[in-house]
Amino acid sequence: MSTAPSGVTQRRAPSENRPPTGRKRRPVTTAQRENRTGLAFVTPTFLVVLVVVIIPILWTVLLTFQHARLVDIQGMGLFGNWTLDNFTAVFGSAGFWSSLSTTLLYTVGSTAGSIVLGLIAALALRRPFRGRGLLRGSMLLPYVAPVVAVAFVWQVALSPQYGIVNEWGGKLLGWDDPLAFLSTRSYEVSLLGLHFDIPLALLTVIAFETWRYFPFAFLFLLARLQAVPDGLEEAARVDGATPSQNFRYILLPQLMPVIALLSVLRFIMTFNKFDDVYLLTGGGAGTDVVAVRVYDFLTARFDVGAAAAQALVLAAVLTVLLGIYFTFFAKKVQEEA
Amino acid sequence: MTRTQFEERFFGFARWVTIAFLAAITIVPFYYMLLLSVKPIDALLLDPGSLWVAAKDFTLDTYRSVLRPTSEGGQGFLRMLLNSAAVALGTVLLTLAAAVPGAYAISRLRFFGSRHVSTVFLAVYLFPSTLLAVPLFVMFAKLGLSGNLMGLAIVYIAQTVPVSIYMMRNYFTTIPRSIEEAAALDGCSRLQTVRKVVLPLALPSLMATGLYVFMIAWNEFLFALLFLAASPDKWTVSLGLQQLAGGIEVSKTVLMAGSVVLTIPVVLLFFAAERLLTEGLTSGADKS
Repeated sequence: MSTAPSGVTQRRAPSENRPPTGRKRRPVTTAQRENRTGLAFVTPTFLVVLVVVIIPILWTVLLTFQHARLVDIQGMGLFGNWTLDNFTAVFGSAGFWSSLSTTLLYTVGSTAGSIVLGLIAALALRRPFRGRGLLRGSMLLPYVAPVVAVAFVWQVALSPQYGIVNEWGGKLLGWDDPLAFLSTRSYEVSLLGLHFDIPLALLTVIAFETWRYFPFAFLFLLARLQAVPDGLEEAARVDGATPSQNFRYILLPQLMPVIALLSVLRFIMTFNKFDDVYLLTGGGAGTDVVAVRVYDFLTARFDVGAAAAQALVLAAVLTVLLGIYFTFFAKKVQEEA
Repeated sequence: MTRTQFEERFFGFARWVTIAFLAAITIVPFYYMLLLSVKPIDALLLDPGSLWVAAKDFTLDTYRSVLRPTSEGGQGFLRMLLNSAAVALGTVLLTLAAAVPGAYAISRLRFFGSRHVSTVFLAVYLFPSTLLAVPLFVMFAKLGLSGNLMGLAIVYIAQTVPVSIYMMRNYFTTIPRSIEEAAALDGCSRLQTVRKVVLPLALPSLMATGLYVFMIAWNEFLFALLFLAASPDKWTVSLGLQQLAGGIEVSKTVLMAGSVVLTIPVVLLFFAAERLLTEGLTSGADKS
């Protein structure tokens, strides 16, 4: 804390509450004044966040320890009968654990997919070419466009009856039957005599998420790539580095901090994602992520307590994962940066 | 051929393949959306794989049908567009009003807790929005604000304030302190400095933040679903499209026209502002 010398003339000494008295008083230091102004400025923002975010979250935490159904929640007092039933129900149900592992798969797949595709895109669009500006603009379309609209387009395009993908897939790739991308839990593929079951609907949802968010990664990575000094790469080239070595030893270390940041951001956002899965599959066919499950508990069973408990567990899992990340990996990245 | 030559040729080729692939995956879905929106449903069912529309099939009836009010047999998207616009604009104004003072304080002033406030705000994103939805839903039902567009805008603040503070804080820190000190020397109070000096300089950031908030509010779906699903005359476009897409009464090509109508405002706004936002305004302001 910096404190101004107390002898400094106070040009705008706060006059309110302090009528000029003969009594000797300590002048208000600059730091104190700044503290007061800062608090005054931050109060409105804080109040808004308190009302629409913090109080609801705390209330939810209280709800998880009560038997709460949507119909009787209005008449209920804040502190009702405490119970741990919601948590035992959540941890005891098989559905929750499979849902949690689906969420993890979905999150890791989409995060990795969007960052890898974004990185490839940033590398391809790094050097200028005719029409680059146009392509860069159009590449942001999936990210900017409303999720309901693009999900609807995907639904129609992937439809087994009138979808363009199945039509062309049948013609060009020789699919025998139309694939129901969004409602097939597992699809059997035989390759070289081996049979695999692939979770088709989950992969489709991951592909959608990758497609929708790679522009986000692309923007960050392109900005960072263009800030890499030319001299570095030139020196490497003079020393005989091939393009792939140049990428591995020059560019990638420069990009690593951005990639780490993107991974964390995308992980958090995708982990809590509701819209995309709900709109594409409604949570069916093996895509039952926790966020959609919470919604179902809320709207189909009106079981507020159980819904809140699952959401809270989801938030806790996320916090733990982030904690692990920041303890073990964040320092390393900072050193590299 | 050396390894370098080989790699240069290989990546030179791969680069164009990648560019073509990226163009295809980003443009084709939107082209497909436009294409289907000007076709009658029979044409789609007859030839689902077609990538163009025959002149005899071309129609704008889909748009007429989707925009007409429900009383005249349409889908009433015009009304939903107005609802969406009202909610989105309301959210922008409320968010900026709530976030500007906070962002300024965090970027400029040292006060009790100043270093932790922004972390607290950003921690909001750790919680799934479904979690926030329950208590907000009950609170607004009690206040009689559920099924109300203004209520929805207030709820959206929860989603937009943290990121707005983050965006604007980063910009405020780039404004040179000396400009503010000059204003203070000329007799401006802190509030006047913010209003007359900082905000005009931060205009690009305010617009970028406002635009981002507008996009979030326009595209938002979950809260609209929870709060407005029961009152169809308050539906936003996103909600209306989803509600109709689930049924079988409305033909897919008409809904495709609805998707175009939903997408165009954000996309236009985004491209119109993209250039404007890249111009830095502070350059030269601090030269002595």
